[in-house]
Amino acid sequence: MLQIKNLHANINGKEILKGLDLTVRPGEIHAIMGPNGAGKSTLASVLTGNQAFEVTKGEVTFYGKNLLELSPENRSHEGIFLSFQYPVEIPGVSMVNFMRSALNEHRKYKNLEPLSATDFLRTMREKKELVEMDNKLANRSVNEGFSGGEKKRNEIFQMAMLDPRLSILDETDSGLDIDALRIVANGVNKLKRPDNASIVITHYQRLLDYIVPDFVHVLYNGRIVKSGGKELAYELEERGYDWIKKEVEEAP
Amino acid sequence: MENENLIDGTNSKSPSFGGVGESPYIDLYKSHHESIKKHSTVVMNHIRDDAFALFEELHFPTVALENYKYTDLKAALSIDYGLNINRIPIPVNPYEVFTCDVPGIQSYLYFVVNDAFYPVNDARNKTLPKGVIIGSLNQIAENHPELVKQYFGKLSTTKKDGLIAFNGAFAQDGFFMFVPKNVVLDKPVQLVNIMRSDVDSMANSHNLIIFEEGAKAQLLVCDHTVDDVRFLSNRVTEVFVGENATYEHYKLENTHTKTTNLSTLLIDQQRSSTVLANIITLHNGQTRNTIEIDIDGENCETNLCGMVIADKNQQVDNFTSIIHNKPNCHSTELFKYVLDDMSKGGFTGKLYVAKNAQKTAAFQTNRNILLSKTAKMRTKPQLEIYADDVKCSHGATIGSLDETAKFYMQSRGISEKEARLLLMFAFTNDVIENIRIEALKDRIKILVEKRLRGELSKCEGCVICQ
Ligand SMILES: Nc1ncnc2c1ncn2[C@@H]1O[C@H](COP(=O)(O)OP(=O)(O)O)[C@@H](O)[C@H]1O
Ligand SMILES: [Mg+2]
Repeated sequence: MLQIKNLHANINGKEILKGLDLTVRPGEIHAIMGPNGAGKSTLASVLTGNQAFEVTKGEVTFYGKNLLELSPENRSHEGIFLSFQYPVEIPGVSMVNFMRSALNEHRKYKNLEPLSATDFLRTMREKKELVEMDNKLANRSVNEGFSGGEKKRNEIFQMAMLDPRLSILDETDSGLDIDALRIVANGVNKLKRPDNASIVITHYQRLLDYIVPDFVHVLYNGRIVKSGGKELAYELEERGYDWIKKEVEEAP
Repeated sequence: MENENLIDGTNSKSPSFGGVGESPYIDLYKSHHESIKKHSTVVMNHIRDDAFALFEELHFPTVALENYKYTDLKAALSIDYGLNINRIPIPVNPYEVFTCDVPGIQSYLYFVVNDAFYPVNDARNKTLPKGVIIGSLNQIAENHPELVKQYFGKLSTTKKDGLIAFNGAFAQDGFFMFVPKNVVLDKPVQLVNIMRSDVDSMANSHNLIIFEEGAKAQLLVCDHTVDDVRFLSNRVTEVFVGENATYEHYKLENTHTKTTNLSTLLIDQQRSSTVLANIITLHNGQTRNTIEIDIDGENCETNLCGMVIADKNQQVDNFTSIIHNKPNCHSTELFKYVLDDMSKGGFTGKLYVAKNAQKTAAFQTNRNILLSKTAKMRTKPQLEIYADDVKCSHGATIGSLDETAKFYMQSRGISEKEARLLLMFAFTNDVIENIRIEALKDRIKILVEKRLRGELSKCEGCVICQ
């Protein structure tokens, strides 16, 4: 579904992604690990169309379409979803209005009528239960005054509402206690289907006990420098990243 | 060119020479002050010559004055407006022309057409609680001269302001409202200022609002233009809020781009009183609101807020002043502007805390969003604090829409246009939340959204009474 070839991207003139390749097929879960500052969030931003980043080289296709040509909203309509590392607070925009607008624009893209008020509220209720989200949160402004854990849960709630084909979870586990981690992972697992896929960005192996990846990639210095099965995650947990850095530096 | 018949069919007077500032009006007053007085009332006439003398001294304000540096009236005052000095009735029946349709708003409804109170004939107004007096200032000053004399001009004549002085010289009528001790009005009172004329015209009106001890009511003022001519209105409203009284003032401007709207709101608060004023400009030409609240008793609550949505060449200047003369009072002020195209905004937040006004808590915020590079906002906090045991703060920001929030919304599939709209709407939300008339709040939400979508690009009539 997703094909990334030789992707280069800058921010403020500084090159962060330096020739990244990755292929994701339906039904797969890919974990991307790597030290801080490696470019993991940058990859997520580029895939979702954040204007702050400039793609200088390479291509990205999603179901054959050139993803880089699409606006952020159209990428969402096509089925890409990002659970933000730092979800944004939007005072004054209620969760209900926010989700209603999002859902209806998705439906419009598919030439469907807007959801009726009752259907919409029913969907909200169902998906809230999936992530055990407090009813009160849904009545508040988007992420405003939410705790770290509540924000992450809210991301997965939105993911459930929008039913994406490819979800990118950027450090969704960071700042979560074990209970919250379980709830979030549970939500993700329940949403997993043979026709959708996930990219799970993390730098702890912990999350991968709950969301079991098919592939583990190490992103370092703007490129994927090593790929393997889930056992690679354990190895990284045990040995850290230094040996990888060394391998990269010693490579010709 | 003396023009005796300027307003079609009304035999009204015009300032003799097409307006170039004050001189035509000074001439007009000198030659016509007898008729001005003849068609007004003793109480108003009592201050008239002094007000005129003050105007002769001050003239119309110019940008050279500190308090008017964001309001340039030169262009507006170069127009030859007609004045209806001889009080010829304007051929319009507002009760027929305007049907109020805020779903659920049940109000006591009154009209001021140009500068004159329109005779009441609304059956709903007959259910006002006993002792409440609402009507024409001119007329009520005749029927209750003692009551009116006690208050009229007490706030306005102390001000050294050219527009207020001009109003004192030329205003002949206005809206009057008296709520006696401990009377609570069950419904809001609504005053619709209608500008109706076939030629460019000016209206000066003076409103007087008196709340006795423990009285409680809401007033909604709508400014409304009907005809496609140039209007200048210069209105002064004096409000006396007695001990323990609660006064809510909502002002909603939705006028056309040829309107110059000059409005002065002077409020005096006595002990333990509560005032909420919410000043909303949805659509206009050029607007200057002067809002001065004097807190003259302990334990008062003051909440002054407002918002502006402007585009094209619209201009809005809110000059506000809150004066804490007594201890233990609490004031909050919040103004928000959304400016697009070539529009210009001005905000002054004057906050004065007198030496003995200890334990004052006063918070002021002005936030502004510029949607275009050519829109301009100028903001000035002006704090003078002479007491030492106070909590005061102020903050002003001028920025654009939050790009991070916009991207977050787009990443959920919300189009850029819709995301901008939701953010702008959110930005104004806390001002709207400060409306305590539910039907009005709901209505304004819809109107603001329409306005932000660009669907309210011309005056649709008074937004309340379409
Ligand atoms: N807005 C920005 N401006 C400048 N540099 C940035 C910005 N965002 C990220 N970077 C830089 O890009 C690099 C990669 O960051 P990021 O993708 O967030 O790393 P990761 O998610 O792997 O920790 C870092 O060196 C970071 O400092
Ligand atoms: Mg990151």
